[in-house]
Amino acid sequence: MNETKRADPQPLAKIATGIEGFDALSGGGLPRNRTTLVMGGPGSGKTVFSLQILVNAARRRAESGIFVAFEERGREVMANAATFDWDLPALAENQLYILDAHLSPTVVQSGEFDLSGILAILKAKKEAMNAGWIVFDGIDVLLTLLRDPIVEMREIYRIRDWLADNELTAIVTAKMDSQTSEVVNYGFMQFMMDCVIRFDRRLEYGVPAHRLQVTKYRGSDFASGEFPLSFGRSGIEVAAPEPPEIIHEASTERVSAGFERLDAMLGGGLFRGSSTLITGAPGTSKTTLVGKFAEVACQRGERTLFVSFDEGAEQIARNLSSVGIDLNAHLKSGRLRMYSGRTEARSAEEHLIKLRSLIREHRPRCMVIDPLSAIVKAGGIDTARAVANRLIHMMKDSKITVVISALIEGNDPQVEATDLQISTIADTWIHLSYLVRSGERNRALTIVKSRGTWHSNQVRELVLSETGPMLTDVYSAGGEVLMGTLRWEKEAEERARQQQRRAEFEHKQRELEFAEADTRARIAALELDLQRQQAELALYTLDGEARVLSSSEREHELRRMRGADLATRMDPAAIPPPPPRSPVKHRDASGSGTRKKASKGG
Amino acid sequence: MHRKQIVKPSDPTAVAAAVVMRLYVAGGAPNSVAARANLEAICQRHLKGNYQLEIVDVFEQPLRALADGVIVTPSLIKLSPLPAARVVGNLSDQSKVLLALGLQGKTP
Repeated sequence: MNETKRADPQPLAKIATGIEGFDALSGGGLPRNRTTLVMGGPGSGKTVFSLQILVNAARRRAESGIFVAFEERGREVMANAATFDWDLPALAENQLYILDAHLSPTVVQSGEFDLSGILAILKAKKEAMNAGWIVFDGIDVLLTLLRDPIVEMREIYRIRDWLADNELTAIVTAKMDSQTSEVVNYGFMQFMMDCVIRFDRRLEYGVPAHRLQVTKYRGSDFASGEFPLSFGRSGIEVAAPEPPEIIHEASTERVSAGFERLDAMLGGGLFRGSSTLITGAPGTSKTTLVGKFAEVACQRGERTLFVSFDEGAEQIARNLSSVGIDLNAHLKSGRLRMYSGRTEARSAEEHLIKLRSLIREHRPRCMVIDPLSAIVKAGGIDTARAVANRLIHMMKDSKITVVISALIEGNDPQVEATDLQISTIADTWIHLSYLVRSGERNRALTIVKSRGTWHSNQVRELVLSETGPMLTDVYSAGGEVLMGTLRWEKEAEERARQQQRRAEFEHKQRELEFAEADTRARIAALELDLQRQQAELALYTLDGEARVLSSSEREHELRRMRGADLATRMDPAAIPPPPPRSPVKHRDASGSGTRKKASKGG
Repeated sequence: MHRKQIVKPSDPTAVAAAVVMRLYVAGGAPNSVAARANLEAICQRHLKGNYQLEIVDVFEQPLRALADGVIVTPSLIKLSPLPAARVVGNLSDQSKVLLALGLQGKTP
């Protein structure tokens, strides 16, 4: 088959089944005008798969088809199909013919028979309806009655030839219990068919898990491996293999992660359409953080979807209101939609389908899942991983900004990477942990990674208050971060030291101010001294002159008395009259008083 | 609704005890040929001409076969007397055929 894969000159014509995921993994659907064998145990989804293909063909391309029910009665087929949104009775009028080929147990068998009869009938019906599709559902039921492998083989040949002659795209389903088949020659049947699909239903952790695997596709490439499938309103949905190329629009718009300091740590917030993982042990406030993100998104006016597992929506809203996060108002306005799922009730696949339909209904721009790790409980780790992966890609495709919480035990995110391995898919990873010291348990927040943006590498303490979560700085002391009381003590110590420094500074300042004032006062006193001394000097000079005058007066008197010539010594008009003697004494007394006052002031 | 059309009231001209049968065959397919031969032998031996047999070829009248609920060929339908019975196969197992036709014990 591999040899012809590329060398085929005419690419195999395929016809889409319209089953989400299956067309992707089979590279376009089933081979046109060829036969596909669908094998699987009871209840593995064979009948639904084939009937759904006929329904899709009739609805989407107006192609009619015939469904030959060997195992169930026609009315049983109709009744089972009523659980899906196919509206089979309407289609059954002219586009989808269900032939009841159930051989009644009252029919007596005598000798060998063949399928020429039913093939002749089907040929007539096909021509009347111009059918393009045919399903033989439960062919093994009829073949088993032949009780002879050689005859079985002959009839399988007959069917194949008939299908080839009639240019019908056919699906043949057959039960397969475990790996061995008792009567029907499956090995031969697989060899005969152009395409073989195996269905499997098994219990994983007590939850039924459905799988589908294309084991053969003649002339075509196909995605190998098992793919989970689930049953929704429209029938089967297959978890398609992820497209090899990821095409997501990368937005540069930032949205708040919940509060300012966290945004700052993230270099401005989360990118629109990005996925964020918040991991942490129980009680590390994961729900509070995602709740805050949801509240802030609602406050921005964005439609938001809050999905919680194993905790009721009302309870979450109540608990969050105790830390200042009000979701009830947004719930009332319809902006916020909360959905609480019970993990054990459904398989991870079914949860995915529920979430997908919720997304379709609510069309959120922001979304929260708390905690996604819960889906591991619903049917095993492998499925949960696949579901988580697809969920994140699905939300990226829808450009939904999502914050997912996941429970992990232990404190080291590097070692304790989530079971779901979503940490590799998520764009931003915030880890919450406890630091237990000095009899306290404090919450620490670290950003493990954040793609495409600067982010803080610091560990911060997450503090819950009545007004919501806050981040505070942590103290590093001796290589360890301090939190809670230790941080408080450290802060108090720091505060005290600062106060002391401030007091010291103020004291020094005052001292300097006093010294300055003192100096100024001293300058003022000296100034006064100077003035006094100047004044004294002036007085002293006048005194001296007066003395000179008085002596010259005396001389003048003497001369006058002696009759000598006065005019030759001094002009008498230029000499002021002698000042009275008493003011000199007074001046002395006041001068000493001033000095005493000045010294007192200093 | 189809059955009403098919299960015609037995021919009024037929003898009350007559067995009315319809055999669906697929042309000249080996099993169909064998069934015709086997049935004729049984009728000859056990019914001695007191029977009505209609042979329908599904290739010629497929919609009639469809209406009669025929799935495999050859298929023998005993219409009368009641209860109706069906036998599939080439009728090589005579005792089963006789049992279905209600002729058991009538063997000479």
